[in-house]
Amino acid sequence: MLELRNITRHQGEEVILDDISLSMQRGELNILLGPTLCGKTSLMRIMAGLDKPDRGELLFDGVSVLGMAVQKRNVAMVYQQFINYPSLTVFENIASPLRVARVEKSQINRQVAEVAELLQMTEMLDRTPDTLSGGQQQRVALARALVKKADLVLLDEPLANLDYKLREELRAELPALFAAMGAVLVYATTEPTEALVLGGNTVCLHEGRVEQFGPTLELYRTPASLRSAKIFSDPPLNSAKVECIAGQLAFANSQQKLGINIEQIPDGKYTLAVRPHHLSREREGLDDLEVKGSVSVTELTGSETFVHFSMEDNPWVALLHDVQNFAVASTVVFYVKPQHLFLFDSHHALVEWPSTKKN
Amino acid sequence: MASIQLQSLAHRYPSAPDYALNSMQQSWSDGGAYALLGPSGCGKTTLLNIISGLLRPSEGRVLFDDIDVTDLTTEQRNIAQVFQFPVVYDTMTVADNLAFPLRNRGIAKNEIEKRVADVLQMLDLQERANDRARSLTADDKQKISLGRGLVRTDVQAILFDEPLTVIDPHLKWQLRTELKKIHQRFQHTMIYVTHDQTEALTFADQVIVMYEGAVVQIGTPQQLFETPEHTFVGKFIGSPGMNVLPCEVDGSEAVFAGKKFPLNIAVDDPTARFELGIRPEHIKLSSSEGLPLTVTALEDVGRHIIVRGEIAGAALCALVEDGVAIPENPCVSFDSARINLYADDYRVASGRGDQTI
Amino acid sequence: MSIQKVQNNKAWFMVLPVLILVAISAIIPLMTVVNYSVQDTFGNNEFFWVGTEWFQEILSSERFHNALLRTLLFSGLILAIEIPLGILIALAMPKRGWGVSVCLVLMALPLLIPWNVVGTIWQVFGRVDIGLLGHGLASLGIDYNYTQNNLDAWLTLILMDVWHWTSLVVLLCYSGLVSIPEVYYQAARIDGASRWAVFRFIQLPKIKRVLLIAVLLRFMDSFMIYTEPFVVTGGGPGNITTFLSIDLVQMAVGQFDLGPAAAMSLIYFLIILLVCWIFYTVMTSYDNDEQTNGPGPQ
Repeated sequence: MLELRNITRHQGEEVILDDISLSMQRGELNILLGPTLCGKTSLMRIMAGLDKPDRGELLFDGVSVLGMAVQKRNVAMVYQQFINYPSLTVFENIASPLRVARVEKSQINRQVAEVAELLQMTEMLDRTPDTLSGGQQQRVALARALVKKADLVLLDEPLANLDYKLREELRAELPALFAAMGAVLVYATTEPTEALVLGGNTVCLHEGRVEQFGPTLELYRTPASLRSAKIFSDPPLNSAKVECIAGQLAFANSQQKLGINIEQIPDGKYTLAVRPHHLSREREGLDDLEVKGSVSVTELTGSETFVHFSMEDNPWVALLHDVQNFAVASTVVFYVKPQHLFLFDSHHALVEWPSTKKN
Repeated sequence: MASIQLQSLAHRYPSAPDYALNSMQQSWSDGGAYALLGPSGCGKTTLLNIISGLLRPSEGRVLFDDIDVTDLTTEQRNIAQVFQFPVVYDTMTVADNLAFPLRNRGIAKNEIEKRVADVLQMLDLQERANDRARSLTADDKQKISLGRGLVRTDVQAILFDEPLTVIDPHLKWQLRTELKKIHQRFQHTMIYVTHDQTEALTFADQVIVMYEGAVVQIGTPQQLFETPEHTFVGKFIGSPGMNVLPCEVDGSEAVFAGKKFPLNIAVDDPTARFELGIRPEHIKLSSSEGLPLTVTALEDVGRHIIVRGEIAGAALCALVEDGVAIPENPCVSFDSARINLYADDYRVASGRGDQTI
Repeated sequence: MSIQKVQNNKAWFMVLPVLILVAISAIIPLMTVVNYSVQDTFGNNEFFWVGTEWFQEILSSERFHNALLRTLLFSGLILAIEIPLGILIALAMPKRGWGVSVCLVLMALPLLIPWNVVGTIWQVFGRVDIGLLGHGLASLGIDYNYTQNNLDAWLTLILMDVWHWTSLVVLLCYSGLVSIPEVYYQAARIDGASRWAVFRFIQLPKIKRVLLIAVLLRFMDSFMIYTEPFVVTGGGPGNITTFLSIDLVQMAVGQFDLGPAAAMSLIYFLIILLVCWIFYTVMTSYDNDEQTNGPGPQ
């Protein structure tokens, strides 16, 4: 088990990691999700022992590992760039950590064969990395991390340099692979879709702070804060400022009433948020929220339609099934079921109200 | 702006035995938004560099508005191109970077100022106008690269070579939409190279799917989704891609796992390898109707659940909307009109009728 | 945290041999020179404390002023010729193909020749009776003689240094140029940039760092030049090519004025430090500007 306690790190004046406390179990995948420069790589470097925090503790299986040299920690790391030894064969590339550890020859052969089988690379063992495609090269790097039987495996956006389709394929393969490793796995990504496909637990990072940590799907369904909802939304989350006056919600810009019944929340300023695929063209219930806007652009993917529109001067997007074309500047009306509405208070924390608890 | 024609165009790099680009005939219209979509190594960037004049094709001609430009340099072709990785002039300010292509062409000072201000606004960079380009983040640097492509109004075409690769997902959405708006507003001829289907499909009116140096299909996003001409297109487009199921053909019916699917025409080819293509979106799950599915995995990705399973030894996946219950022992039925039949990977017929089978 | 400290101490221990080596090779001799510079001796190991007298004497002597001016002029000319010439040659060199290795070998050749050999080569090369250059010029009717004509002596020394050391600038610049990604040149073509603009906005910024190293190395080397002028002109005709280094040796070895020579060495050393610091500050100030301007990474 890997435990981080109040990890803080500065770079000059800037705080890169701010009081991070997390605990990660063996055999579980932990995803660090957040935009570039949110602190993912800095955090991984501390976990690996490449950097030291200014403050805080790092424990592995209950033992502090802060002062321990990287070489002694049994950590494996996979980077965004495919890093392999260009002159060595795939076999030798995978075997390299074992050779360093002076593992017996017959055992090396066996372990490499096992890992190669798992990653479907048995036929490529005699080739050199430059004859492989990007996806295959990254598989070699993954295999090297696997064969080491490390206690901690860190993957820093390992699929970012791969083609979209290849990414999709590897994403589907990875969870089973990770489950077989029995190590503490940490996986950094900027893409919400990737986190959802991989499952496991997710840490939402924002400017060096943990916004939320928990099972991936749970985070997606009930984000604790507005930031965590935004980080975990692709297409981007729709939001609008609203005010609650005498139990009635109204848009802050136009004072237009939302016309939905929300009880039990105090008066004040709130942010209303809706995921793009929860906007629907048809009203399904009487208490659905109705939103109107003027279309700015429509994007068609052949199976889905993204309608970008301006809702009370906020840029909103609706994700619809099928191909539907909307003229620029025409008015569109969408409906949202009450259980799909998120409401965040002035501190950006999720407001629980009866209908958000469903689903 | 110009229309672009490629006549018997092919390219082979001097040292390579194989063609990087097989002979092709293309005609792209003035003011269109085109996307070249394909996996790495399919030749899409080679084709783009031939159009911009950075590379001279080993065979064939390139025409802009019926004028042969094959032997013209990039400068003479008057093309704008945005590259995959940010290219900024480090020592210049953001505004100077944007003004650079205009100054090189001797455009009047007040005109330059106006256009630079326009582009800064489009890309939301006004506040950084006087900062040195070098001090920006990778995202902002790529915005400058985009901006230098958009600042010239007189170009024949604007070419994009995977311009959003280094951009964070949220900004990617914003910039992509911005590009789409710019296209609607100015009607530039735009060509966009990418391996990301969402980018290609949302950006372009016409998507050119490339595979191993050849164009496999050109069509609107809808055509590529509904009637992929090649199984590669079916698999490459869509997430997850199209299910391709081995089948037999009996006249005007395709037979898969004992079920008969009516076709729009009769097909007769005793030697061909037949396959049925059906999109995961067009498969219905129920507790009793259709073929029984052996479920191997359920992937909940938030918006929907991907159901992976097998029928008669063939792998198949279906999509179930978030919130819809999945039966214990599901059966699958197909939307008959949405089926395509492939003979040796090429589409030969489509489904008929409007029932679910 | 305690483990961390142990590691740090260990690291210091590892550096110790280097520190001892540096002490023996640099600091101790330097201190000896400092020692000499504040004392006077009449031999027999008898020393007298003179304070800053030698320094005052050197700093106010016309001989020192002249030598300093000559050396500064020489270094200035060397930099003014070798840096632009080196950049030009580096720009003209092929970036790929078989030509690369041929050019690199040709460029490296002069660098492999020892200083005194270079001096001897040029001494012979320039001679009017048997030298290819001297004889060639004479037969063209040009009155050239580096042993008698002041200008000819300077020209010969500068030409020799340019021949010997421009390659260094070329190699450094070339290494900077080949590391520029091709896409920058492509973007410049798209932007319609002129050849000059490409140099000014892409190539120069990218080779700035190696150029700084080239300028520093060439300044230090040319400012300390000794062997070549000693072999070719011996500081003459008259004193016209007596640079600081030659003057220093004449003072220390020829006249055995150890005190003034030591003081002069220290002044010499400080001048080099000062000029290098000025170069470094000027050439990097631009970078620092940018770093304080924005929070960018990279």
